[in-house]
Amino acid sequence: MMSKTEAMSRIKKMILIVDDDPDYLFQMKYHIENFGFDVITAENMKEAEKALEEKPDLAILDLMMETQDAGFVLAYKIKKQQPRLPVIIASAVAAERGINFRVETKEDKKWIKADLFIEKGIRSDQLHREIKRLLKL
Amino acid sequence: MEKLKVLVVDDEPGIRSGVQRVLKNYTVGFPFMDEDFSFEVMDAETGESALNMITHHEIDIILLDNKLPGIQGIEVLEKINKMSLDIAVMMITSYASLEIAVKATTLGAYNFIPKPFTPDEVKSAIENISKHLFLMRMTRKMKEEGRQIRFRFLSVLSHELKSPLNAVEGYLEIMKEKQAGENITEYMSMIDRSLVRIKAMRGLIMDMLDLTRLESGKKSRKLQNVNLNYLARMAVDTVMPLAIQSNIEIITNLEDEVQLTADPDEMEIIFNNLLSNAVKYNRKNGEVQFEVKQKGNNLMIRVSDTGIGIDQEDLPKLFAEFSRIKTNETQNINGSGLGLSIVKKMVDLYRGTIDVSSQPRLGTTFKITLPII
Ligand SMILES: Nc1ncnc2c1ncn2[C@@H]1O[C@H](COP(=O)(O)OP(=O)(O)OP(=O)(O)O)[C@@H](O)[C@H]1O
Repeated sequence: MMSKTEAMSRIKKMILIVDDDPDYLFQMKYHIENFGFDVITAENMKEAEKALEEKPDLAILDLMMETQDAGFVLAYKIKKQQPRLPVIIASAVAAERGINFRVETKEDKKWIKADLFIEKGIRSDQLHREIKRLLKL
Repeated sequence: MEKLKVLVVDDEPGIRSGVQRVLKNYTVGFPFMDEDFSFEVMDAETGESALNMITHHEIDIILLDNKLPGIQGIEVLEKINKMSLDIAVMMITSYASLEIAVKATTLGAYNFIPKPFTPDEVKSAIENISKHLFLMRMTRKMKEEGRQIRFRFLSVLSHELKSPLNAVEGYLEIMKEKQAGENITEYMSMIDRSLVRIKAMRGLIMDMLDLTRLESGKKSRKLQNVNLNYLARMAVDTVMPLAIQSNIEIITNLEDEVQLTADPDEMEIIFNNLLSNAVKYNRKNGEVQFEVKQKGNNLMIRVSDTGIGIDQEDLPKLFAEFSRIKTNETQNINGSGLGLSIVKKMVDLYRGTIDVSSQPRLGTTFKITLPII
């Protein structure tokens, strides 16, 4: 027989957050755990790739980590390994500044495999809604 | 060899075949170019067919007669001008009026060559216009690259400025909603982190100001005879509070009189950045050695520390803008990653050199050599 908590933890969805900003990581973990999910975190590419072995149900990636487009690269890798894993790319740079990393063209969309782009300042209730939508909850 | 396409527009067959012949085996080279230019000549009898050829071939140079059977040369020039093509035009004129010459010049004609002309006149005209074209294209390319670098810089900068804002805002939201309860002590670590991030942001802004100084260029530089001993002591005073916190001893070896023609603010920026790094990336109870002395015709600045050191493979990254070395030891140290890039730029301004040697876990030494002029 499985204990009650084990059963609970198995139905809890697990969310991977990758970001090199420790405060952002802390806050995201804080909110997302409050939403009732399990959270694993990674601060760089290498940690992220290891964390993927835990089979998270959704990944939230920072756009600019070690290099300017690390988020894209990681998203690409994830989608190649686990095509069904929903990926959110979070960016601190607003498109309205004219800095949009050129994800507009079809060409780019083809290889940038994110399901959703969010701004880092996003309100936590909005974030919650988006996560539920992507997890089909 | 790069080929430039030349289009000769003239209703006289003799001129057209003449230019063909002259340019057939002609090449042009300049000391600043990697490759010589050779020429491929095409021709047109009328302005109409010239315009048609321009749209179908990538023409570089046009030799254009004004007196043509149909539309006049000046009208062809006008149309080329409107299409803003990357073409250099030279007018061929037998009896140009001043009026036409002025008009052609305003429309961007590069030069005039009088008709009839000798082979040597054609060659020297072509040599000039090729050089002009090359320099024009080069300038444009360099401006373009400059813009791209600037763009990349700005996008990283806005990221660096926004991250701390987001972090502090995030903590404030949590506190506002009292997500961790009514007791303020529950929030202490969030408040501390917010203060740390704000302090780092202030540092970044200070670095930005230093960079702006650099970019505004020579205009605002105040070159004068400065005594580096005095500036060096001031820099030591500036980092002292930080050093005391970690019980780091700063050992100075500063020559009494070291004179240099320099901008004192720039020297201060160099000293401050190196010293603050030597303290920041040091260990508790560590040591910093700071040496400023004259050696022959050079000024030597040496800052070494007993700190965490830098991996060999990371050394080349140090002087790039916004580059920070990420290790367990550095993750709790604040910095913008701009300091050393600024120092490097300043050292370049003085035509000096900066060297770094380091041993992980033992320490790092930065050495700057500036020529005394
Ligand atoms: N003395 C040193 N010992 C070890 N590492 C160093 C030392 N000086 C610089 N570094 C490394 O080089 C990186 C770049 O230094 P730089 O001075 O450009 O930026 P910073 O210290 O991050 O920020 P700031 O501009 O605020 O000083 C640092 O992040 C650090 O990892």
